[in-house]
Amino acid sequence: MTDIHQQAFQEEARELLCELEAALLELENTPDDQELIGRVFRAMHTIKGSGAMFGFEDIASFTHNVETVYDLVRNGKMPVTKELIDLTLSACDQIRKMVEAFDTETVTSDENTEKIVAAFSGLLQDAKAQVSKEKKPDPPEPAVTDDLPSGKEKSLTCRIRFRPHHDIFSYGTNPVLLLKELRDLGVCHVVAHTDAIPELAVIDPESCYTYWDIILTTKQSINAVRDVFIFAEDNCELKIDVIDEGAVVDEDLDYKKVGEILIERGDLSGEDVSKLLGTQKRIGELLVDSGLIDPGKVESALAEQKHVREIRQKKQAAEAAASIRVPAEKLDGLVNMVGELVTLQSRLSQIAGKMADMRLIQIAEDVERLTAELRDNTMSIRMLPIGTLFSKFQRLVRDLSRDLGKEIVLTTEGEETELDKTVIEKLNDPLVHLIRNSIDHGIELPDLREAAGKTKQGHIHLTAEHSGANVFLKIRDDGAGLNIEAIRVKAVEKGLIPPDAVLPEKELFSLIFHPGFSTAQTVTGVSGRGVGMDVVRKSIDALQGSIEIESIRGQGSTVTLKLPLTLAIIDGLLVKIDEQFFVMPLSIIEECVELNREDVAKAHGKKIAEIRGEIVPYIHLRGHFMMGGNTPLIEQIVTARIDGLRIGFVVDQVVGEYQTVIKTLGRAYRNVEEVSGATILGDGQVALILDLPRLMQKAVTVERTVQH
Amino acid sequence: MSKVIMTVDDSASVRQMVCFTLRNAGYTVLEASDGNDALAKLNGATVHMVLTDLNMPNLDGIGLIRALRAKTEFKFIPIVLLTTESQVEKKQEGKAAGATGWIVKPFNPEQLLAVIKKVLG
Repeated sequence: MTDIHQQAFQEEARELLCELEAALLELENTPDDQELIGRVFRAMHTIKGSGAMFGFEDIASFTHNVETVYDLVRNGKMPVTKELIDLTLSACDQIRKMVEAFDTETVTSDENTEKIVAAFSGLLQDAKAQVSKEKKPDPPEPAVTDDLPSGKEKSLTCRIRFRPHHDIFSYGTNPVLLLKELRDLGVCHVVAHTDAIPELAVIDPESCYTYWDIILTTKQSINAVRDVFIFAEDNCELKIDVIDEGAVVDEDLDYKKVGEILIERGDLSGEDVSKLLGTQKRIGELLVDSGLIDPGKVESALAEQKHVREIRQKKQAAEAAASIRVPAEKLDGLVNMVGELVTLQSRLSQIAGKMADMRLIQIAEDVERLTAELRDNTMSIRMLPIGTLFSKFQRLVRDLSRDLGKEIVLTTEGEETELDKTVIEKLNDPLVHLIRNSIDHGIELPDLREAAGKTKQGHIHLTAEHSGANVFLKIRDDGAGLNIEAIRVKAVEKGLIPPDAVLPEKELFSLIFHPGFSTAQTVTGVSGRGVGMDVVRKSIDALQGSIEIESIRGQGSTVTLKLPLTLAIIDGLLVKIDEQFFVMPLSIIEECVELNREDVAKAHGKKIAEIRGEIVPYIHLRGHFMMGGNTPLIEQIVTARIDGLRIGFVVDQVVGEYQTVIKTLGRAYRNVEEVSGATILGDGQVALILDLPRLMQKAVTVERTVQH
Repeated sequence: MSKVIMTVDDSASVRQMVCFTLRNAGYTVLEASDGNDALAKLNGATVHMVLTDLNMPNLDGIGLIRALRAKTEFKFIPIVLLTTESQVEKKQEGKAAGATGWIVKPFNPEQLLAVIKKVLG
């Protein structure tokens, strides 16, 4: 509302109040003057009505009480007393104060307002006690134009029969405008019925004889449709039926038959239709021929049929167009830019923190929040349902099992689970390996299965599910399971474990991921296809994921892959050695504890530490990377769980969590093994992202060579 | 040619707001301060629609509607009544007298224009 309107109201209110005062004083002398009472009531009414319109709600609600009392006075239900005049005069003063206060924005004393309101309510109570037949407060009316938009994408189709009374024109209502308004709501088919128009000689040109059937499909709610007729509902017969609803695409494009529609509308009875259906003609023609029904009605039913068919067709088309295709490189570009933005934002936060200017910090925080949102959104654009990958495997299972003479069904679950596009692409090969393994070595031949008391048909079950920032993929088969003894023998033979080692099952199973540890020889003795589990493990590592095997001999095995949702940006732990920063992927990190000189001394040169009663081997990164500088008195061990093993990494200082935008290292560094990438920190420094599983493997290998 | 709307209200500020809104929307506006004033100003003038308050001195909204519907030239024009929420029976009375529709006070310019579009096209 513009200020000029408020000023105009203030002017007017001042005038009205003057007039009101004069009228009240006069009324005191001649308490029965109806004309004067009317003047007071009108003045109050105007102040109230206009006040509410120009934002003076307090005045409006206050004046409402006074108006109510004067309404009673006007209707002779309450006498004019000196008390009432006094009270009204003080109310005038109060209103005047409120009008002036609006300019200065000072708050008028609520106490005074309440006192006067209470006094008026008291008068009302008295009047109510006197007048037994009490006027109830009217329920508030909904505003006319309150077209509440309903569920956004839902559309509904309704059938409207609008039959105006003959005299509708004399209310200034134009039915054509109502039809036009319906058209504005959505897709609309209108059929006019002219059968009620009389002979020319008896036509009254000021009457409306036509009536309409309207089929409307709209995204608005049914109430919005009803609101179109809000002024006219007393002047017409109106019937609105919802005949089609919801955003779901109806598979069935064919709508009801004409006869059904007519029966539903009550234009025709069921028997009439079934009687006629024996013959060969089209139902519409039949009905008209038989004289049972007016041609207009049939036309209208046909229009409904056509309309609904069209709408359903359109819905299908819309469903198809709801997504757009974008070249993948555009998305990659977007992700890169978001990555830059995240880097820039962390720089801003860092500088803002240093400058300690509240305003700057606030901006930095807002930017941080927005960037995080933008990042999540951008990532979600790249997400694809894993179902696309799953469906490829059906063929693989079918072909391979037939070649091997096995009967295997593949079932999937969680196809809708979304993963980053690049992750999905890179998952294909390892999954093919794992499924081949299950088919080849896991599931037995039909007769073997029967002998073992299992169903002839083998079963492979693929599941995908979300858990935090990870996706778990499980490949479960009900085959023979892994032969734990065979694995142990092979591992000892290969020198991977000492003959007397006692290892938990999980660690034994994870031995099959070692290069050259061919499953074909160890588990089933069937010569394999050279499917090396080490290749699978390498691919999963490259995806920052992990892999685990569970197996029960004779009942089957389950391989679980844990994968990050995305590869471009990860949550990392920023650590410091000397003056150099490093990032560790947070997903595999368990905890950070201190390591002081005494602990090191106690271990007698062995790189192990006792953490919560458990002996944890660690890698001293400063030593491992041959970095100079002085080791601080208290160092930090960051422990991680890799392949079910706990291992520590010793650093100088743990800085904290860090949103890490992964940049790949250039060509020249392709052979660097222990580093999986790099990131740029807020101050422009480069931090290397450590490949912890690889670091561990390398340390183990070095250890072994030293021992030998 | 722009459509002519007459606004009848004893409150100058409401008239000002209505005029301002309607003129901005491209209508021509005539003003009258009560029913009698309106009838006098309407005599012989071409008006496409009337927007009237209910409570007015001299001749109120209901009286104005009755008087207008009795005239041939105003028999079929849209007449919209401005009411407050506490006047449901008045609304019915207005409807019976031949009002086309109503607007509940307080209203904002958008609501006003929506109703005018609805009855005037």
